[in-house]
Amino acid sequence: MTLAIDGSGGGGAGAAYELTVNGTARRVEGARPGDSLLHVLRDRLGLPGAKNACEQGECGSCSVLVDGVLVCACLELAEAAVGCDVTTVEGMAAPGAEPGDAALGGDMLTDVQRALVEAGGVQCGFCTPGFVVAVHDLLARVPDPGPLEVREALAGNLCRCTGYGRILAAVERVVGERAAAR
Amino acid sequence: MTVLAPDRLDDALAALAGDPALTVLAGGTDLMVEVNYGRRRTEDVLSLRRLERLRRWHVEPRPGGGDEVVLGARVTYSDMLGADLARALPALAQAARTVGSPQIRNTGTLGGNLVTGSPAGDTLPVLAALDATVELASAAGRRRLPVRDFLLGPKRTARRPDELVVAVRVPVAGGPPEFLKIGVRNAMVISVASCALVVDRERRAVACALGSVGPTPVRDHAAELWVMTRLPWDGRHRPHPSVVEGFGRRMAAASRPIDDHRATAAYRRHAVGVLARRALERAWDRSAAA
Repeated sequence: MTLAIDGSGGGGAGAAYELTVNGTARRVEGARPGDSLLHVLRDRLGLPGAKNACEQGECGSCSVLVDGVLVCACLELAEAAVGCDVTTVEGMAAPGAEPGDAALGGDMLTDVQRALVEAGGVQCGFCTPGFVVAVHDLLARVPDPGPLEVREALAGNLCRCTGYGRILAAVERVVGERAAAR
Repeated sequence: MTVLAPDRLDDALAALAGDPALTVLAGGTDLMVEVNYGRRRTEDVLSLRRLERLRRWHVEPRPGGGDEVVLGARVTYSDMLGADLARALPALAQAARTVGSPQIRNTGTLGGNLVTGSPAGDTLPVLAALDATVELASAAGRRRLPVRDFLLGPKRTARRPDELVVAVRVPVAGGPPEFLKIGVRNAMVISVASCALVVDRERRAVACALGSVGPTPVRDHAAELWVMTRLPWDGRHRPHPSVVEGFGRRMAAASRPIDDHRATAAYRRHAVGVLARRALERAWDRSAAA
């Protein structure tokens, strides 16, 4: 069977298709043909967690999961993500949290988000959502990564504020917390 | 604009036969940069995402003896780093590990690296050194081309518009390979110069291909023959330094680099000679230890 997704926006109304984002079917209307998943998430679906910086996969600030795999949303053609499960940083907030709430208080945060705050891994915060998604992805696959493994796993996420030391310290903190909880 | 996403290869080939102007989307790491930057208008797209069979790989015997690994065109760089595939094709795994970041490696595909045909494509020197074959399919049938005949020039390949690259056949090397790459950091970097080299003790053969220093991967059979006849195959000791240096000099001379924003031609020529020398030493040492 061939899925045919119409992104032509016939009649100037823009494209209309459905994406599954954070477990919910979301109708996308008015997207431009060729829009990246990043643009659709931010501008059509009101999910601004994934950030737009380089639009060429260099910076990692738009990191999301597509079918559970860590990717740059800017390099995914939105229409081609129809039928996939997309998870954004908003979908990683602690249970019960609403998009945007994560910034409000400790209880809403995931352990990775809290560790980043407490270790000083958040300065301007622009890269933070991408790091949160990438760190969750790493620790889901490798619960106890070595220092070089962490660096390699986060090599595609750029931060211009922290110098990375405090971000790496945050990862170490989460690894320790999760190990203690096991 | 329509995005077609078939889940059967025959349907994909029929769609392409009906409209060879379809833009083929594999991982999208090259295509979407062009789209995002307005360098390419989005035409109708054929997405390969749902062609799960192109994601698989297996090993089969070669007609002339030995084995070859048959990789589906949608095998990703991350797939190449999987333990079993990395054991079968260690040089390809080494090259894949230098590509981009985890995000890029999860997305980019072997078929995409070939069809993009960038002189800096990281898997290309490995495929060239291992004498890999590209398998193309269209509604009219299949054909196979050696990598050297598939890659015609910078971003130019022998793929016809109605064809898809469906698989790559890579002979399993008869000895330890080495892949080396120079860039400004260890991640997220487009190659300035690279080198793939295999020492095959059984056949007493050396194969070497250079990346990013010519329109397509550079092989020099005369240089390979020169070094093959001078290596101490009967022993386990290291080759004479003049042999290693002479080989590096010959490979540097065979390169055809250009000046661009990443490096000068002179730097690339120097660097690739060092890489060829170093790759030979490392692969030789490992072949001697095996």
